[in-house]
Amino acid sequence: MNSATALLRRELRLAFRQGGDSLLVVMFFVLVVVLFPLGVGPEPGILARIGGGVIWVAALLAAMLSMDRLFQTDYDDGSLELLVLAPAPLEVLVLAKVAAHWLTTGLPLIIVSPLLALLLNLSPSGYGVLAAALALGTPSLSLIGAIGAALTLGARRGGVLLSLLVLPLFIPALIFGVSAVDAALLDLNSRPPLLILGALLLLALALCPWAAAAAIRQATE
Amino acid sequence: MHSFANPTRFLRLTRALQPWAAGVALVCLAAGLYFSLFASPADYQQSETVRIMYVHVPAAWMAMFCYVAMAAGSASFLIWRHRVADLVAKATAPIGASFTFLALVTGSLWGKPMWGTWWVWDARLTSVLILFFLYLGYMALYNAFDDQARGARAASVLALVGVVNVPIIKFSVDWWNTLHQPASVVRLDGPSIHPSMLTPLLLMAVGYTAFYAWVLFLRVRTEFAAEKIRALRFRQAAVPPARELKSQEG
Repeated sequence: MNSATALLRRELRLAFRQGGDSLLVVMFFVLVVVLFPLGVGPEPGILARIGGGVIWVAALLAAMLSMDRLFQTDYDDGSLELLVLAPAPLEVLVLAKVAAHWLTTGLPLIIVSPLLALLLNLSPSGYGVLAAALALGTPSLSLIGAIGAALTLGARRGGVLLSLLVLPLFIPALIFGVSAVDAALLDLNSRPPLLILGALLLLALALCPWAAAAAIRQATE
Repeated sequence: MHSFANPTRFLRLTRALQPWAAGVALVCLAAGLYFSLFASPADYQQSETVRIMYVHVPAAWMAMFCYVAMAAGSASFLIWRHRVADLVAKATAPIGASFTFLALVTGSLWGKPMWGTWWVWDARLTSVLILFFLYLGYMALYNAFDDQARGARAASVLALVGVVNVPIIKFSVDWWNTLHQPASVVRLDGPSIHPSMLTPLLLMAVGYTAFYAWVLFLRVRTEFAAEKIRALRFRQAAVPPARELKSQEG
């Protein structure tokens, strides 16, 4: 546990000192969303209808964008091998790295999401559910993405390959995330899709560290 | 089971079984096609369109069967390091992807006259589309590394991760209200489909399975041959050929 918190602190410190990553991801997220009113036309009704889905898809792509750096830098400078050899179980260390990734890229997305909802003319009743759905969904994205990031370590064209592997697995989170927002906008009960998102998160939390750790072990073998 | 991990024994087995698989596949597919296209009744609701079902349903079954076979091969490769199991998984991937593609295309051709649309985003269709992407991802990941052994291991892990999708496909028609109809052949209270339609369907299913075995044996033997050629090339590159040595001496 100690080494996990130490790793988490190291990751956060690295992210803070280098800056960059979180800000870039948020800027990408905002830019993608801003493209939609320009692309489909600025009519408020249409934007309000597709807003939830647009924000979710943009969040998915933004999470994708930073994913390939999750293990790659550690793999390049060799510290990943030290983590594999460390006495602490690799699954816990993976979880710490994923937590750091979510704190630096997932959390900022949730914070700016109400602003984007405003830009897309979403009705205010949906803001809370949108943030809640993103809060339950983006950790799953980080967890699933960790498997893909570990699998593509050292691959040719790793970034493109990573999106091919991971985006299909993101689909369940996308479906239930959007249906939660839609339910809130239509004054329906948004609890069931949120509960399913929570269930997906628990499932990912239980399974993904194992798969990602197995993938890292075979990459550093 | 482990005795088949011996490549020589496995190759001998495939060589013996391959003509049988080919024979069963050809006979069953010919008979199944005759029954499904000519000797079975048209449906009272779907009329002649129902005949697409005889191509579609076995393809969808095989799509899932191939994925399970691929995952089983990957698991035994990761656990026991059986090279044969990895080659079986690798050889299964393109076959399974083709079956999935066939199921998607025939389903879409059937959907246009029946549902009035080529495609709907219901749970069954979406999860099968994800299955198709998983096959593509497996093949892409397998070939993405300079070191082939590394690609084999990474792709095996991916195949195991994707197993989550298989029960989702199977039960998607029960869990959600889908446009796709629920199971009518494999169910607890016996098949709810008339024997005149069940016969050609089962014939086609046996034919598809035998076809899979046939192509699988062929592909695995090709993989072994390719590996042998590669090893020979390496040896040739390392040692100059004997003939040249002789000519130098002369």
